[in-house]
Amino acid sequence: MSLPVRLDEDGAAAPPRENGELAFSAPWESRLFGLTMTLVEAGRLDWEAFRQRLIARIAAWEERADWPPAADAGRDAGAPSAGESWDYWQRWREAFEDSLEAAGLVAVPEIDGLTRQLAARPHGHDHHHDHHHHDHSHEHGRPGD
Amino acid sequence: MTVDPHGSESPEIRTEAIETLLVKKGLVQSAAVDALVERYEQDIGPLRGARVVAEAWTDPEFRARLLEDGMPAIRELGFGDNTDSHVARLVVKENTDAVHNLVVCTLCSCYPWAVLGLPPAWYKSPAYRSRAVREPRRLLAELGLDLSPDVEVRVWDSSAEVRYMVLPQRPQGTDELGVEELTALVSRDSMIGVERP
Repeated sequence: MSLPVRLDEDGAAAPPRENGELAFSAPWESRLFGLTMTLVEAGRLDWEAFRQRLIARIAAWEERADWPPAADAGRDAGAPSAGESWDYWQRWREAFEDSLEAAGLVAVPEIDGLTRQLAARPHGHDHHHDHHHHDHSHEHGRPGD
Repeated sequence: MTVDPHGSESPEIRTEAIETLLVKKGLVQSAAVDALVERYEQDIGPLRGARVVAEAWTDPEFRARLLEDGMPAIRELGFGDNTDSHVARLVVKENTDAVHNLVVCTLCSCYPWAVLGLPPAWYKSPAYRSRAVREPRRLLAELGLDLSPDVEVRVWDSSAEVRYMVLPQRPQGTDELGVEELTALVSRDSMIGVERP
Protein backbone atom coordinates (compact mmCIF):
# COMPACT_ATOMS: atom_id res chain seq x y z
CA MET A 1 0.00 0.00 0.00
CA SER A 2 1.47 3.31 -0.95
CA LEU A 3 0.91 6.73 0.47
CA PRO A 4 0.92 9.09 -2.48
CA VAL A 5 0.81 12.15 -0.27
CA ARG A 6 3.41 12.98 2.32
CA LEU A 7 1.54 14.68 5.16
CA ASP A 8 3.44 17.38 6.99
CA GLU A 9 5.01 16.16 10.21
CA ASP A 10 6.12 19.56 11.48
CA GLY A 11 4.86 23.09 11.27
CA ALA A 12 1.43 24.65 11.36
CA ALA A 13 -0.02 22.51 8.56
CA ALA A 14 0.82 19.19 10.22
CA PRO A 15 -2.23 17.24 11.40
CA PRO A 16 -2.47 16.34 15.10
CA ARG A 17 -0.75 13.07 15.92
CA GLU A 18 -0.31 10.83 18.90
CA ASN A 19 2.87 8.79 18.84
CA GLY A 20 3.04 9.35 15.13
CA GLU A 21 -0.50 8.24 14.33
CA LEU A 22 -3.10 10.60 12.99
CA ALA A 23 -5.31 11.74 15.84
CA PHE A 24 -8.99 12.31 15.15
CA SER A 25 -11.11 13.39 18.09
CA ALA A 26 -14.49 13.23 16.31
CA PRO A 27 -15.92 11.21 13.41
CA TRP A 28 -16.40 14.32 11.23
CA GLU A 29 -12.67 15.02 11.34
CA SER A 30 -11.71 11.65 9.87
CA ARG A 31 -14.60 12.03 7.39
CA LEU A 32 -13.28 15.38 6.25
CA PHE A 33 -9.77 13.97 5.96
CA GLY A 34 -11.10 11.01 3.96
CA LEU A 35 -13.08 13.17 1.56
CA THR A 36 -10.07 15.40 0.92
CA MET A 37 -7.67 12.54 0.34
CA THR A 38 -10.12 10.66 -1.85
CA LEU A 39 -10.31 13.66 -4.18
CA VAL A 40 -6.53 14.16 -4.06
CA GLU A 41 -5.88 10.50 -4.89
CA ALA A 42 -8.42 10.69 -7.72
CA GLY A 43 -6.55 13.67 -9.14
CA ARG A 44 -9.52 16.01 -8.64
CA LEU A 45 -7.67 18.20 -6.16
CA ASP A 46 -4.02 19.15 -6.11
CA TRP A 47 -2.37 18.29 -2.79
CA GLU A 48 0.17 21.11 -2.82
CA ALA A 49 -2.49 23.70 -3.66
CA PHE A 50 -4.67 22.38 -0.84
CA ARG A 51 -1.72 22.45 1.54
CA GLN A 52 -1.00 26.09 0.69
CA ARG A 53 -4.66 26.96 1.34
CA LEU A 54 -4.50 25.14 4.66
CA ILE A 55 -1.40 27.08 5.66
CA ALA A 56 -3.15 30.32 4.62
CA ARG A 57 -6.31 29.45 6.61
CA ILE A 58 -4.25 28.64 9.68
CA ALA A 59 -2.32 31.88 9.35
CA ALA A 60 -5.57 33.85 8.91
CA TRP A 61 -7.04 32.28 12.03
CA GLU A 62 -3.92 33.06 14.01
CA GLU A 63 -4.11 36.66 12.92
CA ARG A 64 -7.81 36.86 13.74
CA ALA A 65 -7.31 35.26 17.10
CA ASP A 66 -4.03 37.06 17.81
CA TRP A 67 -2.49 33.67 18.26
CA PRO A 68 -0.13 32.70 19.69
CA PRO A 69 -0.74 35.40 22.30
CA ALA A 70 2.05 37.88 22.84
CA ALA A 71 3.92 37.23 26.05
CA ASP A 72 3.18 40.70 27.38
CA ALA A 73 -0.46 40.83 26.29
CA GLY A 74 -1.73 40.42 29.82
CA ARG A 75 -4.11 37.61 28.88
CA ASP A 76 -4.11 34.07 30.09
CA ALA A 77 -1.56 32.23 28.01
CA GLY A 78 -3.25 30.18 25.37
CA ALA A 79 -6.48 32.17 25.28
CA PRO A 80 -7.03 33.66 21.85
CA SER A 81 -8.81 37.00 21.85
CA ALA A 82 -11.42 35.99 19.28
CA GLY A 83 -13.02 33.71 21.83
CA GLU A 84 -12.65 30.76 19.53
CA SER A 85 -10.55 27.81 20.52
CA TRP A 86 -7.93 26.36 18.24
CA ASP A 87 -9.26 23.64 15.99
CA TYR A 88 -6.98 22.25 13.31
CA TRP A 89 -9.74 20.36 11.49
CA GLN A 90 -11.94 23.46 11.21
CA ARG A 91 -9.08 25.13 9.34
CA TRP A 92 -8.77 22.00 7.21
CA ARG A 93 -12.49 22.26 6.43
CA GLU A 94 -12.14 25.90 5.35
CA ALA A 95 -9.19 25.03 3.12
CA PHE A 96 -11.13 22.09 1.69
CA GLU A 97 -14.11 24.33 0.85
CA ASP A 98 -11.73 26.86 -0.74
CA SER A 99 -10.22 24.07 -2.82
CA LEU A 100 -13.57 22.61 -3.87
CA GLU A 101 -14.74 26.02 -5.02
CA ALA A 102 -11.48 26.82 -6.82
CA ALA A 103 -11.63 23.47 -8.64
CA GLY A 104 -15.22 24.14 -9.61
CA LEU A 105 -16.42 20.99 -7.86
CA VAL A 106 -18.73 22.43 -5.19
CA ALA A 107 -19.64 26.06 -4.56
CA VAL A 108 -19.66 27.36 -1.00
CA PRO A 109 -23.26 28.67 -1.28
CA GLU A 110 -24.33 25.10 -2.11
CA ILE A 111 -22.69 23.90 1.09
CA ASP A 112 -24.31 26.74 3.06
CA GLY A 113 -27.71 25.84 1.68
CA LEU A 114 -27.53 22.12 2.35
CA THR A 115 -26.03 22.69 5.82
CA ARG A 116 -29.04 24.85 6.75
CA GLN A 117 -31.37 22.22 5.34
CA LEU A 118 -29.72 19.39 7.25
CA ALA A 119 -29.60 21.42 10.45
CA ALA A 120 -33.35 22.00 10.18
CA ARG A 121 -34.14 18.29 10.30
CA PRO A 122 -36.51 17.12 13.02
CA HIS A 123 -35.04 17.24 16.49
CA GLY A 124 -32.84 14.31 17.25
CA HIS A 125 -31.71 13.62 13.73
CA ASP A 126 -28.61 15.75 13.93
CA HIS A 127 -27.60 14.10 17.17
CA HIS A 128 -26.64 10.93 15.41
CA HIS A 129 -22.97 11.57 15.80
CA ASP A 130 -22.08 8.06 14.86
CA HIS A 131 -23.79 8.41 11.54
CA HIS A 132 -20.57 8.25 9.60
CA HIS A 133 -18.49 6.55 12.18
CA HIS A 134 -17.27 3.10 11.35
CA ASP A 135 -15.36 0.95 13.73
CA HIS A 136 -12.27 0.02 11.89
CA SER A 137 -12.25 -3.57 10.99
CA HIS A 138 -8.51 -4.08 10.97
CA GLU A 139 -8.69 -5.40 14.49
CA HIS A 140 -11.34 -7.95 13.73
CA GLY A 141 -10.32 -11.53 13.65
CA ARG A 142 -7.55 -10.87 16.10
CA PRO A 143 -7.41 -12.81 19.35
CA GLY A 144 -9.25 -11.21 22.19
CA ASP A 145 -11.82 -9.43 20.09
CA MET B 1 -15.07 24.36 20.33
CA THR B 2 -17.14 27.30 21.40
CA VAL B 3 -19.71 26.94 18.61
CA ASP B 4 -22.81 24.96 19.40
CA PRO B 5 -22.00 21.53 18.00
CA HIS B 6 -25.63 21.01 17.09
CA GLY B 7 -26.17 24.41 15.53
CA SER B 8 -26.32 25.11 11.83
CA GLU B 9 -22.61 25.93 11.83
CA SER B 10 -21.61 22.67 13.44
CA PRO B 11 -18.69 21.08 11.62
CA GLU B 12 -20.44 17.71 11.80
CA ILE B 13 -23.40 18.91 9.76
CA ARG B 14 -21.29 21.00 7.44
CA THR B 15 -19.03 18.04 6.69
CA GLU B 16 -22.10 15.87 6.13
CA ALA B 17 -23.39 18.50 3.67
CA ILE B 18 -20.08 18.50 1.80
CA GLU B 19 -20.05 14.71 1.58
CA THR B 20 -23.69 14.61 0.44
CA LEU B 21 -22.94 17.09 -2.36
CA LEU B 22 -19.79 15.24 -3.46
CA VAL B 23 -21.64 11.92 -3.53
CA LYS B 24 -24.56 13.43 -5.41
CA LYS B 25 -22.21 14.87 -8.02
CA GLY B 26 -20.57 11.45 -8.40
CA LEU B 27 -17.19 12.75 -7.22
CA VAL B 28 -16.77 10.37 -4.28
CA GLN B 29 -18.30 7.15 -2.98
CA SER B 30 -18.77 6.90 0.77
CA ALA B 31 -17.36 3.36 0.92
CA ALA B 32 -14.16 4.52 -0.80
CA VAL B 33 -13.79 7.25 1.81
CA ASP B 34 -14.18 4.66 4.59
CA ALA B 35 -11.45 2.52 3.07
CA LEU B 36 -9.12 5.46 2.61
CA VAL B 37 -9.43 6.67 6.21
CA GLU B 38 -8.76 3.19 7.48
CA ARG B 39 -5.70 2.89 5.30
CA TYR B 40 -4.20 6.14 6.53
CA GLU B 41 -4.99 5.43 10.15
CA GLN B 42 -3.22 2.10 9.88
CA ASP B 43 -0.29 3.07 7.74
CA ILE B 44 0.85 6.44 8.95
CA GLY B 45 1.69 5.20 12.44
CA PRO B 46 4.21 2.51 11.56
CA LEU B 47 5.70 4.46 8.65
CA ARG B 48 8.92 5.09 10.55
CA GLY B 49 9.42 1.44 11.34
CA ALA B 50 8.73 0.57 7.72
CA ARG B 51 11.37 3.03 6.59
CA VAL B 52 13.87 1.52 9.03
CA VAL B 53 13.16 -1.94 7.59
CA ALA B 54 13.53 -0.72 4.01
CA GLU B 55 16.87 0.91 4.84
CA ALA B 56 18.05 -2.32 6.45
CA TRP B 57 17.04 -4.29 3.35
CA THR B 58 19.01 -2.02 1.05
CA ASP B 59 22.02 -1.06 3.17
CA PRO B 60 23.89 -4.01 4.75
CA GLU B 61 26.00 -1.76 6.94
CA PHE B 62 22.94 0.00 8.34
CA ARG B 63 21.38 -3.42 8.90
CA ALA B 64 24.39 -4.53 10.91
CA ARG B 65 24.26 -1.40 13.07
CA LEU B 66 20.51 -1.78 13.52
CA LEU B 67 20.82 -5.37 14.71
CA GLU B 68 23.63 -4.46 17.05
CA ASP B 69 21.79 -1.59 18.75
CA GLY B 70 18.45 -0.33 17.48
CA MET B 71 18.11 3.14 19.01
CA PRO B 72 21.31 4.74 17.66
CA ALA B 73 20.56 3.28 14.24
CA ILE B 74 17.03 4.69 14.04
CA ARG B 75 18.37 8.04 15.24
CA GLU B 76 20.58 8.08 12.16
CA LEU B 77 17.35 8.33 10.18
CA GLY B 78 16.15 11.16 12.42
CA PHE B 79 13.66 8.98 14.32
CA GLY B 80 13.21 8.22 17.96
CA ASP B 81 14.77 11.34 19.37
CA ASN B 82 12.04 12.53 21.66
CA THR B 83 9.26 10.00 21.13
CA ASP B 84 10.52 7.22 23.30
CA SER B 85 13.62 8.59 24.96
CA HIS B 86 12.88 6.89 28.27
CA VAL B 87 13.29 3.50 26.62
CA ALA B 88 16.84 2.41 27.11
CA ARG B 89 17.02 -0.14 24.31
CA LEU B 90 15.37 -1.09 21.08
CA VAL B 91 16.32 -4.60 20.08
CA VAL B 92 15.67 -5.57 16.46
CA LYS B 93 15.23 -9.28 15.75
CA GLU B 94 15.84 -10.47 12.23
CA ASN B 95 13.66 -13.10 10.59
CA THR B 96 15.49 -15.69 8.51
CA ASP B 97 14.54 -18.85 6.65
CA ALA B 98 15.13 -20.75 9.88
CA VAL B 99 13.81 -18.33 12.53
CA HIS B 100 10.59 -16.38 12.87
CA ASN B 101 10.37 -13.73 15.59
CA LEU B 102 7.25 -12.59 17.39
CA VAL B 103 6.95 -9.62 19.76
CA VAL B 104 4.63 -9.51 22.74
CA CYS B 105 4.40 -7.85 26.12
CA THR B 106 3.00 -10.38 28.54
CA LEU B 107 2.76 -8.00 31.47
CA CYS B 108 1.12 -4.98 29.88
CA SER B 109 1.49 -3.56 26.41
CA CYS B 110 5.04 -2.30 26.05
CA TYR B 111 5.58 -1.50 22.42
CA PRO B 112 8.19 0.26 20.28
CA TRP B 113 6.19 3.49 19.94
CA ALA B 114 9.07 5.42 18.45
CA VAL B 115 8.99 3.34 15.30
CA LEU B 116 5.55 1.72 15.20
CA GLY B 117 3.19 4.40 16.53
CA LEU B 118 0.38 3.24 18.80
CA PRO B 119 -0.12 -0.46 19.39
CA PRO B 120 -3.16 -2.08 17.79
CA ALA B 121 -5.96 -3.01 20.20
CA TRP B 122 -5.36 -6.75 19.85
CA TYR B 123 -1.75 -6.36 20.96
CA LYS B 124 -3.06 -5.33 24.38
CA SER B 125 -5.60 -8.14 24.60
CA PRO B 126 -5.13 -10.83 27.28
CA ALA B 127 -5.59 -13.52 24.62
CA TYR B 128 -2.70 -12.32 22.48
CA ARG B 129 -0.45 -11.69 25.46
CA SER B 130 -0.87 -15.18 26.88
CA ARG B 131 -1.16 -17.22 23.69
CA ALA B 132 1.85 -15.61 22.02
CA VAL B 133 3.97 -17.32 24.64
CA ARG B 134 1.97 -20.50 25.21
CA GLU B 135 1.12 -21.50 21.66
CA PRO B 136 2.69 -18.99 19.23
CA ARG B 137 2.60 -21.32 16.24
CA ARG B 138 -1.11 -21.94 16.55
CA LEU B 139 -1.81 -18.28 17.21
CA LEU B 140 0.13 -17.29 14.08
CA ALA B 141 -1.72 -19.88 12.02
CA GLU B 142 -5.04 -18.42 13.18
CA LEU B 143 -3.79 -15.02 12.12
CA GLY B 144 -3.10 -16.39 8.68
CA LEU B 145 0.62 -17.04 9.01
CA ASP B 146 1.36 -20.73 8.50
CA LEU B 147 4.96 -21.47 9.34
CA SER B 148 6.66 -24.59 8.19
CA PRO B 149 7.44 -26.96 11.12
CA ASP B 150 11.18 -26.55 10.60
CA VAL B 151 11.00 -22.80 11.23
CA GLU B 152 11.83 -22.00 14.82
CA VAL B 153 9.51 -19.45 16.48
CA ARG B 154 11.15 -17.12 18.97
CA VAL B 155 8.92 -14.99 21.17
CA TRP B 156 10.30 -11.77 22.63
CA ASP B 157 8.65 -10.40 25.74
CA SER B 158 8.95 -6.62 25.93
CA SER B 159 9.59 -4.72 29.10
CA ALA B 160 9.87 -1.14 30.24
CA GLU B 161 13.60 -1.25 29.55
CA VAL B 162 13.72 -3.23 26.33
CA ARG B 163 11.40 -2.97 23.34
CA TYR B 164 11.54 -5.35 20.42
CA MET B 165 10.84 -4.93 16.75
CA VAL B 166 10.98 -7.59 14.04
CA LEU B 167 13.03 -7.09 10.91
CA PRO B 168 11.00 -9.09 8.38
CA GLN B 169 12.57 -10.90 5.42
CA ARG B 170 12.69 -8.96 2.21
CA PRO B 171 10.08 -10.39 -0.16
CA GLN B 172 11.25 -12.24 -3.28
CA GLY B 173 11.31 -10.32 -6.50
CA THR B 174 11.85 -6.88 -4.96
CA ASP B 175 15.45 -6.44 -6.07
CA GLU B 176 14.53 -3.59 -8.38
CA LEU B 177 12.68 -1.56 -5.75
CA GLY B 178 14.10 1.47 -3.97
CA VAL B 179 13.71 2.49 -0.33
CA GLU B 180 10.46 4.40 -0.93
CA GLU B 181 8.76 1.51 -2.68
CA LEU B 182 10.06 -1.03 -0.19
CA THR B 183 8.79 1.10 2.71
CA ALA B 184 5.28 0.79 1.31
CA LEU B 185 5.53 -3.00 1.48
CA VAL B 186 6.25 -3.17 5.21
CA SER B 187 3.16 -3.45 7.38
CA ARG B 188 2.90 -2.77 11.07
CA ASP B 189 1.92 -6.39 11.69
CA SER B 190 5.02 -7.69 9.94
CA MET B 191 7.18 -5.70 12.38
CA ILE B 192 5.33 -7.28 15.32
CA GLY B 193 5.80 -10.65 13.66
CA VAL B 194 2.22 -11.73 13.02
CA GLU B 195 2.48 -11.23 9.27
CA ARG B 196 5.03 -11.38 6.48
CA PRO B 197 5.42 -8.61 3.89
